[in-house]
Amino acid sequence: MLSTLDPGSPAARRGLSDITIRNLFIIPTIAFLIVFNIFPLIYSLGYSFTDFRASSNAPASFVGLQNYRDLLNDEHVWNNFSVTAKYVLISVGGQVLVGFGVALLLNRKIPFKGFITTLLLLPMMMSMAIVGLFWQLLYSPSWGIIDYVLGLEDFAWLSNPDVALYAVAITDIWMWSPFVMLLCLAGLSAIPQHLYEAAAIDRASRWYTFTRITLPLVSPLLMIALIFRTMEAFKTFDLAFIMSNLDSTELIAIKLYRLAFQQWQTGPSCALAYMVLIMVLAITNIYVKYLNQAKER
Amino acid sequence: MAAVQSVRHRALNRTAIALVLVVTVIYLIPIYWITTTAFKPRSLATTVPPTVLFKPEVTSFVKLFTKRVQMIGEVDPEIYKKAPWWEQRIYDLGERFIKDADGNIEPSGYLSRFMNSLIIAISSTFLAVAMGALTAYGFSRFRMPGEQDWLFFILSTRMLPPVVVAIPMFLMYRAVGLVDSHLGLIILYTAFNLSFSVWLMKGFIDEIPKEYEEAALVDGYTRMEAFFKIVLPQAATGIAATAVFCFITAWNEYAFALMMTNRRAQTAPPFIPSQLGSGVTDWTAIAAGTVLFLLPVAIFTFLLRKHLLRGVTFGAIRK
Repeated sequence: MLSTLDPGSPAARRGLSDITIRNLFIIPTIAFLIVFNIFPLIYSLGYSFTDFRASSNAPASFVGLQNYRDLLNDEHVWNNFSVTAKYVLISVGGQVLVGFGVALLLNRKIPFKGFITTLLLLPMMMSMAIVGLFWQLLYSPSWGIIDYVLGLEDFAWLSNPDVALYAVAITDIWMWSPFVMLLCLAGLSAIPQHLYEAAAIDRASRWYTFTRITLPLVSPLLMIALIFRTMEAFKTFDLAFIMSNLDSTELIAIKLYRLAFQQWQTGPSCALAYMVLIMVLAITNIYVKYLNQAKER
Repeated sequence: MAAVQSVRHRALNRTAIALVLVVTVIYLIPIYWITTTAFKPRSLATTVPPTVLFKPEVTSFVKLFTKRVQMIGEVDPEIYKKAPWWEQRIYDLGERFIKDADGNIEPSGYLSRFMNSLIIAISSTFLAVAMGALTAYGFSRFRMPGEQDWLFFILSTRMLPPVVVAIPMFLMYRAVGLVDSHLGLIILYTAFNLSFSVWLMKGFIDEIPKEYEEAALVDGYTRMEAFFKIVLPQAATGIAATAVFCFITAWNEYAFALMMTNRRAQTAPPFIPSQLGSGVTDWTAIAAGTVLFLLPVAIFTFLLRKHLLRGVTFGAIRK
């Protein structure tokens, strides 16, 4: 820290001062992020109050809150939000169940445990777009192995409006359960063994041990996984966009993309982007709180 | 009683290990399936019931990198005999390479997309790690008014949905001519990775004892010298892990690439799926492209295995 050296000492006077170095090291990064993240957002806040279309040369005219009003009155947008909510619920719920379950199984002495864990973590490191691509091969109605293994003949997963969202969510669960597993495993292995020994001496039931020892001690890390995955699932674009193009899988990020880059309704798309942005920032705030708590432990 | 307990305990343990194996196998089936599809002859890629046993071949990789046309009639046996084995495989399919006037085989779009992915991922990783290491050191060692708020600000830029940022960035890029350029994507990926790099590097640098630098300062080093000669070498593992994470993120990124590029600077993630819609789908070639694309990620995952937890929690959880 700055205080460790007496400012008058010869060591502190050599070279650049600590304050200069600090500014030299930190300011470029902050400036970079402001120019390429914050400035564009200010720019799009301006456009959200206009009827600007990026595809035409017509100048933008100010329409006030009209875009926001239109979006909030648009049934389709509400539908996009409810599809997104459903998707978040299914995929994050599935990830927590599978991830926590596998972590419980893995939390013991197992031969080649490190190797098996790394194998299980592979899906989460892959590109969402590419995973979405090759799951289409698995889901194929005529010759996909999923239909074959389940004994379903020609069952269309991704073109059936009733199941397409579940199919995408299953892929997401496959991809991201390992993430939940990784965090839960860290939480589980940090639980002191003597707590379980004490519970065994007291003849505590398995269920009691699980709800009173395991769950509370894993929950800080489980919460981090849960919040992070909720945020990511809420933002999902790649996976659903690649796998299916039905109304029943049109997540809010896909709607935003279509509005901005296919219909070129720049003004309204900026307004919708802002609604999404505020929700994401709110979740980020909660997430960072939990991260900092976990750090202090 | 204790003996009964331990027998039950052991039985439970065995069941759990068996279940772990079953789960692992089920988990790896999708990866196994796409990998084997890349080595199947085209006729066996989409059979009912699915083909499990087959003689592996690499024709799909030859197809992946080249442009071909259907041949009219038979190939001249003389030409066939002189052709290298991989060209013969193409003749066997009733196709031939498209060649330019000098007889050079025309490469397919995949090669240039793969190279674009490499150039963009490596450049943006370098920038994000270099700036990230400096900033992390600044936050780790010096007091900064509103430090927590700045760190939150930095992390929040990472959480922005790509589509939200892409709309105004597209307009700005169009104004300065950066749409479909390598530089444009490099800037976006650097910005995207920078916050991650700062947080992760800060975790690593926090762990290096301050006493090392203080000793160096007393020995007559300047702060700068102490940073470059003492701290950076100590943080080498952290820098390497951060770089690999940044590389994977940039390598995998799809949304920005889809919206900001279309041909010249297009990366592999938007290109590979676009092959699906065009004409009759050749899943073996798509699978070959997928396998080559996933290979670096798989290797890096194994190299990173000790740091994965730290990486996915932005350096907050170390263990």
